[in-house]
Amino acid sequence: MKRLLDTDSLRAMARGCAILGAGGGGDVYLDLLQALQAIEEYGPVPLMDLDELPGDALIMPGGGVGAPTVVIEKIANGNEGERLRDQLEHLTGRQVAALMAAEIGGGNGIVPVAWAARMGLPMVDADGIGRAFPEIPQVAMHLAGIPPSPAVMTDERGNMVVFQTISGDWMERLERAAAVEFGGIAQSTEFSLTVAQARDGATVRNSVSLAIRIGEALTNAPDNPLTALIAEIGAFRLVTGKVLDVERRMTSGFTRGTVVVEGTGEDAGRLVRLELQNEHLVALERGHVLASVPDLITVLDTETADAISTERIRYGQRVTVIAFACDPVWRTGRGLEVAGPRAFGYEFDFVPVEEIARATA
Amino acid sequence: MPRPDCRLGIDVGGTNTDAVIIDPADRVIAKAKVPCTPDITGGIAAAIDSVLRAPGVEPARISHVMLGTTHATNAVLERRNLRRVAVLRIGGPATYAIRPMYEWPRDLARTVSAGETIVDGGIEFDGRDLSPLDTDAIARFLGQVGGAADGVAITSVFAPVSPRHELLAAEIVKRELGEVHVSLSHEIGSIGLLERENATILNGALAGVARDVAEGMRAALAAHHLRPTRFFAQNDGTLMGLDHALRYPVLTIGSGPANSVRGAAFLTGNSDSLVADVGGTSTDIGVLVNGFPRESSQGVEIGGIRTNFRMPDLVTIALGGGTVVCRDREETRLGPRSVGYLIQQEALVFGGPTPTLTDSAVAAGRAAIGEAKPGRRHRRLLAEALARADVMLAEAIDRVKTSKADTPLIAVGGGSILVPDRIPGISEVIRPEHFDTANAVGAAIAAVSGQVDRIFQLREGGRTAALDEAASEARERAVAAGADPDTVEIVEIEEIPLAYLTSPTVRIRAKAAGTLGGLPEQRFQADMARQARLADQLDPAETAAT
Repeated sequence: MKRLLDTDSLRAMARGCAILGAGGGGDVYLDLLQALQAIEEYGPVPLMDLDELPGDALIMPGGGVGAPTVVIEKIANGNEGERLRDQLEHLTGRQVAALMAAEIGGGNGIVPVAWAARMGLPMVDADGIGRAFPEIPQVAMHLAGIPPSPAVMTDERGNMVVFQTISGDWMERLERAAAVEFGGIAQSTEFSLTVAQARDGATVRNSVSLAIRIGEALTNAPDNPLTALIAEIGAFRLVTGKVLDVERRMTSGFTRGTVVVEGTGEDAGRLVRLELQNEHLVALERGHVLASVPDLITVLDTETADAISTERIRYGQRVTVIAFACDPVWRTGRGLEVAGPRAFGYEFDFVPVEEIARATA
Repeated sequence: MPRPDCRLGIDVGGTNTDAVIIDPADRVIAKAKVPCTPDITGGIAAAIDSVLRAPGVEPARISHVMLGTTHATNAVLERRNLRRVAVLRIGGPATYAIRPMYEWPRDLARTVSAGETIVDGGIEFDGRDLSPLDTDAIARFLGQVGGAADGVAITSVFAPVSPRHELLAAEIVKRELGEVHVSLSHEIGSIGLLERENATILNGALAGVARDVAEGMRAALAAHHLRPTRFFAQNDGTLMGLDHALRYPVLTIGSGPANSVRGAAFLTGNSDSLVADVGGTSTDIGVLVNGFPRESSQGVEIGGIRTNFRMPDLVTIALGGGTVVCRDREETRLGPRSVGYLIQQEALVFGGPTPTLTDSAVAAGRAAIGEAKPGRRHRRLLAEALARADVMLAEAIDRVKTSKADTPLIAVGGGSILVPDRIPGISEVIRPEHFDTANAVGAAIAAVSGQVDRIFQLREGGRTAALDEAASEARERAVAAGADPDTVEIVEIEEIPLAYLTSPTVRIRAKAAGTLGGLPEQRFQADMARQARLADQLDPAETAAT
């Protein structure tokens, strides 16, 4: 079924992207405004299922690379996407047929919609992760063996860098360094792929429509958005309470830290600790893991069920912490190697959130 | 002639305008409460008249007048008396993806905007030029819209890192348009381009409102042959001089709630506790930290516009002395309707027909006011209503608290008789003298502050050097605003590391505060030091290219 990303569905999508960000992926507000302005000027964007496109059609994934603090200050020009597309077409000798968010979580899930509006191209109903992750190679395309190169990065001035690297890790290092030189933020595309590859496990499918469904579930249940959300995505409620402590520190360019939530009401007496590196990595209670990466752990405002990002969480907020299953691709051996607990420096093995919930019930 | 040594504090609230006079020993020697008037200056004048006529007051002793008001917020909400502003954003070729005022309510944008543009220029997070400042484009824009604009709002990308492009643009405005009102974003807000730009535009729009209030106050004082030094209270409850307030009226927008928190601190000598300000219609619960209101971590919306002001972090509930209680079928209902300032005619204890929470408090023996006792037939309703109110209050208090430990609660405001003596999580309820005019007292406390919120790249000297620089800049700002340098201390300093940047970069917020009383010479020197710092930012080598 073909549908259009218009004002209403974009607003719903933004709320969904924030929840799929698992605490990270950047604030969605500015990206939403950018997309709204773009569709106001250029018209709504078709959202297409991968099955609706020819197998050999080229998909350009993309998004922003950089520091959230810079993002809220140095807003994009808007024409970055066109430049990336032109360069990618030049490098590959092929025409880009559709765009895709490299990560659906946070503001990066919406940025390509603004680009697509300006180019008159559709968005595919898929993304590279199904959530947000901090590093460029932490995408399903990488797990499927698709090379990140040729990658293109550009800024608002029209500077452009083409990256041809031997691995995803090199792409991460070089792009990160270039983004700093660009002024802390740049727009980029990596892991371009065909529709056939995207269908064949190299992407997380239906994630755009999932984001919209999440947003609509919240909007349609103004009296009890939390219950509606949990039902919609089959999430597990880890704790409801208030934020007792927030601690953040910087290690090698990433924000690491912990958030402690003290249970209230029926959870009175419980203390749940979240550990984060831009996104929430682990939820712990009395030393036991309640949920961990690559499953999603999201902190919600208890009243509105809107996601609270790791940058905005603070003392005293009334929150509900939920966890839900990641896309199966992340639970494979290769997926856990790239984004499981051990990939983030933990000494324990991943256990799916539904199994932990069943065991403790 | 007596020596002028007393301070007159005024707070313009939603219902009443309060005024107090405080003597040099910090005693409240007179107070007045009068109903607000639609034009607000009428209420201010009446409050000034009333308090100056109080027994024992010698008007000639008034040396300083301090005013706190939420009037600016109302002016925005009601689109009243707003000026037209030329909106200049410096950041091209970046930032075109979201144009200025894009998310403003349409009618407000039409009322306020005299035209908007984005020109090349702006700063990077590390202090480099984003692109060279396009001075010709600025002059062209001013030529087009200058005739329709009462003022200019200038916002450059990363002005909190360096204000140099905003300062250069201000010079061009002066050259092209003469002495129009200019709002510079780096003086108003911190990181967050759109929010800071919004606040800067609102600032320009409110210039007329501030001038009218200042003029009303001047005229009311002149009628008593007084020409005291005038101050406005700002969002953290500290003061700024009249000249600064006229340039930056938007900084007064949250002063109402801040004043009552500061007043509660002053009246009790308590610097860390919760404060409940119970008015006629609503209750604000805030937190006193180190003598100042705790600020919200996120910016606030004013009239549907996002700003990045840090306002007092409050939980507000619709519960006040005038809240109407009734029975709806079998259920006891509280408000949200309030009899407001008509309480003296409406409430049962004043012989009126309407059961209110004040009647509940009197029936329960929490207060002895009015002349009539509520009748027996209302007894159950009033008791149930009070029980409900206690639960609402306890929940709101728990939402504000940040730690498990029991804390004291200071109850102020005319409706604070509602507050029970025992509340879960509260160690004691403190009811200071003059609780009913705590907000006006807060305005008159006479603390002056200076704030810095900037991004620093850590270079030689690392964190310590950056923290020191922020602290001395905050001190200079406090002294320039009128603080006695001997009393100025850093009351808050916070550093926030920035993620995803390989070079170490931190955002530092610092606040210094002291008591009013700097000598003109000291203010001048602090201002010169500040100017010198700004001149450093205007590196000639870099600006020559523009």
